[in-house]
Amino acid sequence: MILNVDGIEFSYPSKNVLKNIKFSVNRGEVVSILGINGAGKSTLLKCINRILKPQKGTVFIDEFDLKKLNSKKIAQKMAYVPQNIAGNNFMTVFDTVLLGRKPYIEWDATEKDLEITGNILKLMQLEKYALRNVFELSGGELQKVIIARALVQEPRVLLLDEPANNLDLKNQLEVMKLIGNISKTQNISAIMVIHDLNLALRFSDKFIMLKDEKIFSEGDSEIINSQNIKEVFNVKAYVDKYNDIPIVVLA
Amino acid sequence: MKNITDKNLTEQYIKLNQKKVLIGGLLLILLCLFSLLSLSIGGYKLTLAEIYQTLIGRSSSSADLIIWNIRLPRIFAALIAGISLSVSGAVMQCTLRNPLASPYTIGISHGAMFGAALAIILFGIGGAESTGKIFISSPYLVTVFAFLGSLIAVSVILLLAKIKSFAPEAIVLAGVAMSSLFTAGTMLMQYFANDLQLAAMVYWTFGDLGRPNWPEVGLMSIVMLLSIAYFIYQRWEYNALESGEESAKSLGVNTEKTRLLGMLVASILVSINVSFLGIIGFVGLICPHLVRILIGGDYRYLIPISALMGALLLLISDTVARIIISPLVLPVGILTSFMGAPIFLYLLIKRYR
Repeated sequence: MILNVDGIEFSYPSKNVLKNIKFSVNRGEVVSILGINGAGKSTLLKCINRILKPQKGTVFIDEFDLKKLNSKKIAQKMAYVPQNIAGNNFMTVFDTVLLGRKPYIEWDATEKDLEITGNILKLMQLEKYALRNVFELSGGELQKVIIARALVQEPRVLLLDEPANNLDLKNQLEVMKLIGNISKTQNISAIMVIHDLNLALRFSDKFIMLKDEKIFSEGDSEIINSQNIKEVFNVKAYVDKYNDIPIVVLA
Repeated sequence: MKNITDKNLTEQYIKLNQKKVLIGGLLLILLCLFSLLSLSIGGYKLTLAEIYQTLIGRSSSSADLIIWNIRLPRIFAALIAGISLSVSGAVMQCTLRNPLASPYTIGISHGAMFGAALAIILFGIGGAESTGKIFISSPYLVTVFAFLGSLIAVSVILLLAKIKSFAPEAIVLAGVAMSSLFTAGTMLMQYFANDLQLAAMVYWTFGDLGRPNWPEVGLMSIVMLLSIAYFIYQRWEYNALESGEESAKSLGVNTEKTRLLGMLVASILVSINVSFLGIIGFVGLICPHLVRILIGGDYRYLIPISALMGALLLLISDTVARIIISPLVLPVGILTSFMGAPIFLYLLIKRYR
């Protein structure tokens, strides 16, 4: 076990969002968080890496209580790819990815920082874009650049808020495959918020369904069934299999 | 567009950065050349030999007077104001998350204008020479009031940001409201002022680099050096802020503190300049954008190169302002606004087409 979410509770001034959220994630595991809009999925991700401070509960990584670590130390253990990805338009892709070394940089980027950045750019096949400005990239390319920036942080856990959002089918598959590969080859755990149940089913090891501020169901692909989909999303659907991969078909 | 396929990715990146340093070096050389040019030209022309003799302390009294008492403080004021306005513009654009932000966005100049007008009407300190030229008889009092006025504007905005947790966008709008309020206050005073006071108030707002002497230049340069050192120290934080609030936080940046302190330091830097010089528009808005197009938006290079670009632009503007209708000297603020608006329109068309 690498990550342990221990009883997180969060509310905005006029609305309770999360109540007693508890779950754990193993090394190299990909976890999908599912639920309707407003169920608190993104809030949960932000509470996990303390962009938002939960009113109760905490998160442990490798037995370290994140509440007791400063934001720099947290950034060395956990990286985050936000829903609305943005880069500094007038910065090169190399500079943007190098920014992932920010939690390690004391005065300026060292040779080691440049080397790690170069390696990740190559790993993600982004080297041909490396010296282009961010504004020259397409949405899919930018998404990859932001994921590369997260990897340069050398995190134990990667948090992704709707990583396939705004991407065409080909790019959705590419980005999701990339996340799957990274988690297995680099032994990084990934927690992602995702709307597309089929993408989630194909690329995740574990699922967490949120409803009414709480975890409604948690487990492997078995929990994505007609009954749970009806309960959580209020839509009729059935689950079939294609090449051994479960697929959700809306009724 | 550059494609890189070979293994020397980091080397190519380092080379790209070396080009930026080279551009900085070129700007520095240009700055030195224009400073010399600016020393030599004017109503009384000086040769390079005369300038050299004066600078090493072996010159005629008239050249000595012109260089040490008039032109050098003026050139230093141009360099300091150019650096201060340009770099605070770059920082404001980052901390306020708005490409239209400039040192004056949060009401600093209007606060200073209000303060200066208040001093002029309260203490009656404006006058006219026999030639008809307007002067301010007690410039220190006006400067202090202008500084206090701009500090009021800054304090209100920063308190709203801190206590009410205003988003950067809201801060810009609050700045517009403060500017409007200060303008109304100034207009009210102008309505009740006599002719001389009214003329002194209007005259004060024209940004003019001829006002400060060595002590003021010294004070401005100390504040500038401390502020620039702080901004350079924060350069990685500003790079992270440009990637968005949540990304910056996830990279370990305390975004609220970085924004607030950035705005505070930039505001004080601008307040000092406005109080001593009056309003010099567009330098703070345009220079950072020019530099972004030239070398990109990495604050490690954007801050020093914006500084050089700001100094160069203001020095050239002031030199032109001194000779364009010689022997009369045009306040540089008028010229920067005249030149700045078309350049800014050009940049907008280039960036947003």
